[in-house]
Amino acid sequence: MLQYIVKRLVYILLALFLIITATFFLMRLAPGSPFASERDFPPQIEEQLNAKYGLDNPWYIQYKDYLIDSVTFDFGESMKYKGRSTNDIIAESFPISLTLGMQAMLIAIGFGILLGVISALYHNKAPDYVSTIIAVLGISVPSFILAGLLQYYLAYEFKIFPVSGWKGYVYSILPSLAIAFTHMGFISKLTRSSMLEQNNSEYVKMARAKGLSKWKVVFKHSLRNALLPVVTYLGPLAAGVITGSFIIEQIFAIPGLGRHFVTSITNRDYTVIMGTTVFYSIILLFAVFIVDILYSIIDPRIKLKGAKKS
Amino acid sequence: MTEQKLRDGAFDIVGMHREEQEQLSSKPVSFWKEVLYRFKQNKLAVCGLIVLIIIALMAIIVPEVSQYKYSDQLGVYNQPPSAEHWFGTDDLGRDIFVRIWAGARISLFIGITAALIDVIIGVIWGSIAGLAGGRTDNIMMRIADVLTAVPYLLVVIILIVVMEPGLVPMIIALCITGWVNMARIVRGEVMSIKNQEYVLAARTLGAGTAHLIRKHLIPNALGAILVTMTLTVPAAIFTEAFLSYLGLGVPAPRASWGTMASEGNKALMSYPWRLFFPAFFISLTIFAFNAVGDGLRDALDPKLRK
Repeated sequence: MLQYIVKRLVYILLALFLIITATFFLMRLAPGSPFASERDFPPQIEEQLNAKYGLDNPWYIQYKDYLIDSVTFDFGESMKYKGRSTNDIIAESFPISLTLGMQAMLIAIGFGILLGVISALYHNKAPDYVSTIIAVLGISVPSFILAGLLQYYLAYEFKIFPVSGWKGYVYSILPSLAIAFTHMGFISKLTRSSMLEQNNSEYVKMARAKGLSKWKVVFKHSLRNALLPVVTYLGPLAAGVITGSFIIEQIFAIPGLGRHFVTSITNRDYTVIMGTTVFYSIILLFAVFIVDILYSIIDPRIKLKGAKKS
Repeated sequence: MTEQKLRDGAFDIVGMHREEQEQLSSKPVSFWKEVLYRFKQNKLAVCGLIVLIIIALMAIIVPEVSQYKYSDQLGVYNQPPSAEHWFGTDDLGRDIFVRIWAGARISLFIGITAALIDVIIGVIWGSIAGLAGGRTDNIMMRIADVLTAVPYLLVVIILIVVMEPGLVPMIIALCITGWVNMARIVRGEVMSIKNQEYVLAARTLGAGTAHLIRKHLIPNALGAILVTMTLTVPAAIFTEAFLSYLGLGVPAPRASWGTMASEGNKALMSYPWRLFFPAFFISLTIFAFNAVGDGLRDALDPKLRK
């Protein structure tokens, strides 16, 4: 077990290094400069700016500085928003994204499992078809389209929810729904098939024969076992929720980290791109890692040896 | 006490004839025929396939025969759907019906090309790793492990920014980590196949590695490869739409479903049909590919064979 953890940590570090390096060189190769949009200023000022951010150094010095920045997690001032450090931006906007993401995950897991269980219990009956259709819709309709539709119907036409912004709890409902829907579909599909498998097993038949009610069997016995495949989906879920937020935050004008990530890229705001990329990578890598460890703890049948698919 | 004499055949089961028992009940069916049969039984998958064929045909035919071009600005702006413009027009007066099918070309092209490249790299990488085993396998799969750990969309977004949005950069970005999954699956298949007797027999007869891969390993791993491929296409189409939506897709005036949905979303409050049509076709295509992929997987699953 310990060996496995160490091995995984080494992969994570390798992957991080790869990402950091790739981002650095790709950013340097990318056309455009963070100061390009400012109205034509004299070359002296540009030189000064370049010197300020160390952009006039040869690439290996910049690379070294940047590696040190990444290790110490201090990315410096944003090149676009003067006077704001990248860390400030992350510290300010990440809690918003985190709230949104957590809420979306809870919705996805809760409703996904519920739909899956209903599907399996009423196999090939009307409730099964209804929840399967919801799941299929969830998988097929991209989150950004759902976001647009939700915004149009629930916020604009019927005025049940605010259209956009971030001023309180009600503002978070539509965006989290939009992010959660796709994943809800996947989770429900997974739960359904593994529940069906469990329902054919001896211990469920036994429990039913003893006279336990359908739902009691689910909660006392089969759900626990059926949820194992769902746990494996948590890693991709975390990743999906985070990347989903890139678009959803733009659509609903939420000042979260996802929006900063996207705008920093279009602005060529090097420091913020680097900061957010490293930050996101760490979160994603560790999310997958934790899920894998969790999985091995939950499922006694799994003996961790080498690498597992993540 | 009357003695009952046993006649010959008294203990034969009625209706059973030994000669008939030896005969096969039906003609032996080849594996792929059986798969096809089982695929046909799956209504959803067949529907998906039909939908895909229709979409592909429309994408090929409509932009050629239509009186408008996808980039023509016709001077009638934001028209609702009508007999003249079936899906209406957009803010620049372009016919949405034609743009949808021109966009279908791009979306399908990106999806299918990305999936094919994934297959090529994945099959080569996976079969070499699986066949070689030992240290080579270890190193190759560790590289794959590190690559999967890299967050996919982050890389794709950054790559697109560097290479300037366009068709080719989009495909490269999609493939850069996409092949890893395929390589894993192929390696797994190869590992399980390579130790079987018939492969050993082929080796004993002097078959080379290339011959083994071509004649034995790939045909046997084909099912798994096919399923993964069908499921890669919708993922690629989705990612393309996602990136286009962020403004990183194919540049104007070319139409892609993602860009159309993005533009439509901005005009949603006044002209909802501009979002509706691209949204509908993105969802329909993703759904159809998923249905076909699932159907194929079920059809190929030996556990479900009758």
